[in-house]
Amino acid sequence: MLKDKDRIFQNLYNDMGSDVSSSQKRGDWVDTKGLIGKGREWIINEIKTSQLRGRGGAGFPTGLKWSFAPKEIGSRPHYLVINGDESEPGTCKDRDILRFEPHKLIEGCLVAAYAVQAHVCYIYIRGEYFIDGEKLQVAINEAYEKKLIGKNAAGTGWDLDIYIHYGAGAYICGEETALLESIEGKKGQPRLKPPFPALIGLYGCPTIINNVETIAVVPTILRRSGKWFASLGREKNTGTKIFCISGNVNNPCNVEEEMNIPLKELIEIHAGGVIGGWDNLQAVIPGGSSMPLIPKKTCETLTMDFDSLMAEKSGLGTAGIVVINKDQDIIKCMARIARFYKHESCGQCTPCREGSGWMWRMLERMAKGEATKDEIDMLSDVTNQIAGHTICAFGEGSSWPVQGLLRHFKKEIEERNNLDLIVEKKSTIPYLVDQHLLDKENV
Amino acid sequence: MSLRRPSKDQPEIFEFNSSSLEAAKNIISMYPEGKQQSAVMALLYIAQRQNNNWIPLAAMKYIAKFLNMPYIKVYEVATFYTMYNLSPVGKYFVQVCTTTPCMIRGANQLVEACKEKISENENELSKDKSCSWMEVECLGACVNAPMLQINEDYYEDLDKEKTIEILDKILQGEVPKPGSYRGRINNEPENNRKTLLDLKNA
Repeated sequence: MLKDKDRIFQNLYNDMGSDVSSSQKRGDWVDTKGLIGKGREWIINEIKTSQLRGRGGAGFPTGLKWSFAPKEIGSRPHYLVINGDESEPGTCKDRDILRFEPHKLIEGCLVAAYAVQAHVCYIYIRGEYFIDGEKLQVAINEAYEKKLIGKNAAGTGWDLDIYIHYGAGAYICGEETALLESIEGKKGQPRLKPPFPALIGLYGCPTIINNVETIAVVPTILRRSGKWFASLGREKNTGTKIFCISGNVNNPCNVEEEMNIPLKELIEIHAGGVIGGWDNLQAVIPGGSSMPLIPKKTCETLTMDFDSLMAEKSGLGTAGIVVINKDQDIIKCMARIARFYKHESCGQCTPCREGSGWMWRMLERMAKGEATKDEIDMLSDVTNQIAGHTICAFGEGSSWPVQGLLRHFKKEIEERNNLDLIVEKKSTIPYLVDQHLLDKENV
Repeated sequence: MSLRRPSKDQPEIFEFNSSSLEAAKNIISMYPEGKQQSAVMALLYIAQRQNNNWIPLAAMKYIAKFLNMPYIKVYEVATFYTMYNLSPVGKYFVQVCTTTPCMIRGANQLVEACKEKISENENELSKDKSCSWMEVECLGACVNAPMLQINEDYYEDLDKEKTIEILDKILQGEVPKPGSYRGRINNEPENNRKTLLDLKNA
């Protein structure tokens, strides 16, 4: 288990309060001027040394992302945008940072804004987190009063304004270009990439977008050195991470742990074990709903980091772990996730808009045992028609969980859905896509 | 995608009152000059708050003029984002999360409680027209599942009895205390905390 002194978010459970003075006791805002005084190059190099990867799901190296920002400010200003549109089912880590560690985030904004030469920072928070956003606003106001941000922020000579922009219940706005569209006051529909936001982003200006957790760990990394951060976890999967353990466990919780921690340790020690005991475990969704589930036999030995989960054909995503025990109907669980994606598709690309509904309806019927034998392959085909054929990664995100189900629980689906082909049975059940086959004899 | 339609009964006119007007001007000042369209989402919220929790078409037209943008663009935004209510939802708007992490911890019991106490169907006002309920997608409090949101507040770690208790209160016009209803503190593992213990006991 990670030592307490190596935990970055000391106030994860709000033992100490989130105002400036108690944050300073935890080490925030201590000699920020000194950190920034070491210069842009040093900051970006230190982040590169730490091998910090984005905490929002994709795991892109943060130092590398920052280095994409133009070296000099040209005719267009630079922007820093913080992604706090946390909507991935199973994930609730950013909420705790917003309400309990706001000053880590604000200080991180200052450092990051300096590193990418932005004078304006927008923090995009999902609309449902209004109360938590208000707590962040209180912290921002406090930081303005203490001259930690604003003109000549914290005595560094850098000007920075931070504004909160609330979303309004669209999951897709967590996608970075959809988020930019949303800040511009439009529907949150993702843009084609390239051009990448680092060159043409918000209002057509260079924009760096990072997750809340990524930015909030930056000041601590700079204080304790990139080498310290890199010494935790393993090569390319370094540092600490807030894991959210929800679902059928005895003590669902958020906990900050080292990368590469065994999944079993997270569930058994921190979350108090699976309800009904470890043997009652059915499957685990390891990184928020869009990551394919992992069956029990793999959970025994699995370690939680980007690359080891990739090797299991899943992903760390946002590290929202949903534990599903044997009391649950796994097909129904996945059907509900498919319904989520059907509801949240932005409707821009046809494969996703239509396909997400198909997947949901087919899974609902499979859960009830109303599907025919051939539909399992058809469902697999539908997922392949969606993934990779859309503008943004929502296509993959919606089809991966279904593919995971088909990969690991095909037998369960087959046992339940043993109906013969409709065409053969000449049944009159309305068929999903091949209605015309029913009319064959009329031709 | 979700299907969203404006209410059939629409008021003729809508105007910001003085406090809304001030709030709107503050919001616009957050964005660069000429980019006032960015404020449309916040202004829709302001209109929703002023107009008893829903946004009439007149408000969209008003905001379009206010921000000097086409009405259709405001309409697009208001119908795209699900948190803008396009028809009356009552003073207390109850949203029950039923996505998988909540579902497997018994969110259907919360739905049952809403059906018993508020109305048989979703998006239907209660008898006294003070509240309505609906199922929503993940509200981002998964480790506190099952949970629901009433207006802006989160009510966490619920079961059927506790939900009924909460709904009884709002039906009497009271605002129940938000947070966990199992007495746990924030997101910590109940009675099983293994980390940062020095701080807890400090």
